[in-house]
Amino acid sequence: MELAEKVLAGEMRAVARAISYIENDHTQKEELIDTLYPHCGKAAVWGLTGPPGSGKSSLLDHIIDRERKRGSTVAVIAVDPSSPFSGGAILGDRLRMQKHATDSGVFIRSMASRGHLGGVAGATADVIKVLDAAGFDLIIIETIGVGQTEIDVVEMADVVLLLLVPGLGDEIQALKAGVMEIGDIFIINKSDRDDADKVRAEVEYVLGLKYTDDDDERNPVFMTSAKLNEGIDEMLAGVHAYFDKISNNGWLEQKRKKRIASEIKTILAAKIKNEVERYLREDNLLEHWVEQIYKGKRSPYAMINEKLQSFAWEYHSK
Amino acid sequence: MPKRIRILIAKPGLDGHDRGAKYVARALKDAGYEVIYTGIRQSPQAIAKTAVQEDVDFVGLSLLSGAHNELFPEVVRLIRENGGENIIVFGGGVIPDEDIPFLKEQGVEVVFTPGAPMQDIIAFIEANKERTAH
Repeated sequence: MELAEKVLAGEMRAVARAISYIENDHTQKEELIDTLYPHCGKAAVWGLTGPPGSGKSSLLDHIIDRERKRGSTVAVIAVDPSSPFSGGAILGDRLRMQKHATDSGVFIRSMASRGHLGGVAGATADVIKVLDAAGFDLIIIETIGVGQTEIDVVEMADVVLLLLVPGLGDEIQALKAGVMEIGDIFIINKSDRDDADKVRAEVEYVLGLKYTDDDDERNPVFMTSAKLNEGIDEMLAGVHAYFDKISNNGWLEQKRKKRIASEIKTILAAKIKNEVERYLREDNLLEHWVEQIYKGKRSPYAMINEKLQSFAWEYHSK
Repeated sequence: MPKRIRILIAKPGLDGHDRGAKYVARALKDAGYEVIYTGIRQSPQAIAKTAVQEDVDFVGLSLLSGAHNELFPEVVRLIRENGGENIIVFGGGVIPDEDIPFLKEQGVEVVFTPGAPMQDIIAFIEANKERTAH
């Protein structure tokens, strides 16, 4: 496959086009991913998440600086929400990172969530594979500004950096389920603000409530100011140390296997759903069933269980 | 997932007047397009590389400084040089009528001057979107 070869050679135009194939569910998408897949697994994948306006893109700008100086090539997937009304989107994250636009060791791609609700776009997992196969050392996924439950990034990233800022509420907010549970590294950004220390204390307090005797399971907390360019080196040293740790203690392998498991389930569920929809369209089957239930001839569960068996049989005999 | 049209709205050169660009970006979002906005004071190189990395279908350039005759053609040239052969470039801003034929010659397909209705911009995109198909 010509496009895949160009991606493997690291041609930027081809990488960009391959990402579009995935976003638009192009007919050659599956072949593309399968061709690239044997070349994946070399990149470190970081997720950067946090509430809207917490400084994800601004911090990322500094992270790219530092990682480039270490000699790594960096790819960024920056996700912003699609409008639920028009389907359009304003993708403005890269505005804060534009000084890297002409660096050939940096690739930034904005993605609209296109109706996917987990804080990333539905196509993100496959886009990571393209960037990985293209040879980027570090891939960073910047999620949309999250609330409490947009946690899909945890399934895609080796390390999740959770950004918090002053002014979001007391420690009870930090105690809640959801986003607060997915951070590997906690970053209090806007440390130049007066109440940043208080946030740090609250976050550390809540993390200290975690039921474990294993010090390895304690999450590191860092303070940064993207505005003043402060605390970034310390934070990144912590991220690299964490990555080394999980590479050595087996957690990274566990995480990546979990990721493959969840991908298998997602792909399988999508394929079955397509088959079901195709099946229901045949001979206006759905309308026929609706009629039967509407007229009281059948009850829904009994009928669907019976139909499911014949569907499985038909599928099996194909 | 059907293909969505992606449009880069960019401001080349030294010009901080971005209200027009933001207005257009927002209206295009409301019309259902995915709009990448890169902010003010972008170099032609940065715009071209961004257009290619983002695999956009259109690039809309906004300029009110008077340097359009230099900057717009340079952006078009660099987009082509970086492999964006099918990307359609259009322009807008304070641009005298007598400059428009030159800009068109240089690959800026259409220029929207002050007072141009938003519907005209959307109609232009709708009329040309199939050309960028991939």
